[in-house]
Amino acid sequence: MHLTPDHIVFYRWGLFHLNATIVCTWALIVLLTTLSRVLTHHLAGPDRPRSRWQNAIEVIVQTIRDQIRALCPAGGDTYLPFIGSLFLFIASASLLEIVPGWHAPTASLSTTFALAISVGVAVPFFGVRSQGLAAYLKTYLKPTAIMLPFHLMSETSRNLALAIRLFGNIMSGAMIAGMLLALAPFFFPVPMQMLALLTGVIQAYVFAILAMVYIAAAVQRGQEG
Amino acid sequence: MDKVIMIGIASIVAAALCMGVGALGPALAEGKAVAQALAAIAQQPDESATISRTLLIGLAMIESIAIYCFVIAIVLIFANPFWNYVISKPGG
Repeated sequence: MHLTPDHIVFYRWGLFHLNATIVCTWALIVLLTTLSRVLTHHLAGPDRPRSRWQNAIEVIVQTIRDQIRALCPAGGDTYLPFIGSLFLFIASASLLEIVPGWHAPTASLSTTFALAISVGVAVPFFGVRSQGLAAYLKTYLKPTAIMLPFHLMSETSRNLALAIRLFGNIMSGAMIAGMLLALAPFFFPVPMQMLALLTGVIQAYVFAILAMVYIAAAVQRGQEG
Repeated sequence: MDKVIMIGIASIVAAALCMGVGALGPALAEGKAVAQALAAIAQQPDESATISRTLLIGLAMIESIAIYCFVIAIVLIFANPFWNYVISKPGG
């Protein structure tokens, strides 16, 4: 049994190991990119009848947009590309688990840390962009300068928690299925797999929403004080 | 008792305790959070979208504590550094 897809190595070349995480991540990137390219190639305007695919895509995009608007009404569509990509990547990584031979790349600590680091970069980026560098850095000194280490600590630990939470949830889903497959095969793994699919989507939602909450906090923190 | 058995017993007992005690607090907390959210939705059904979104975020925060315990337990059982060290030494 493999703890993470990192341990499934297809090809070794010196220090570089081509493992299942890398293969699945790239497969997912290619899949998502081609799908969105193909589906948005001929978009119908408001007066022409829409295709089924366009309706489906519009539902997804509109839902993500509504969720973002509910948290940060002033933001508009500024955060839609980042938050939407996060959600779609994590959700489809877990949902593709129904394809035999697929290993969710989010079951590897490297992937989740990469995602958490991108959130950790995006939060100051959007904060600086909305208020300027000096004003953003000044929010770390509020209410007093003594709070500086605590602000830094909380930012680090919440990004760490973001990574570990996603990793633990996805990895445990795959692991429980593997254990039950060894103990009581054929029937019992199926409901646990369905639970894992549900957990995967909820965790994708939670990851995206938490990223949005952190960004909204960084953007609005400066506007209050 | 030699070192290998000691470390094996300690790891398994620690993993079981970690998971058992670590699941206790988050379970109580999640039950309380869901109960409060249900009461709030029953009082104000119009606000159910906001309440359930906040509830999901809160549940994820609470659950991550249990997940930390789970990760520690998994590391203790499947990827224990002390166990690997003892096993790798010649002659135990």
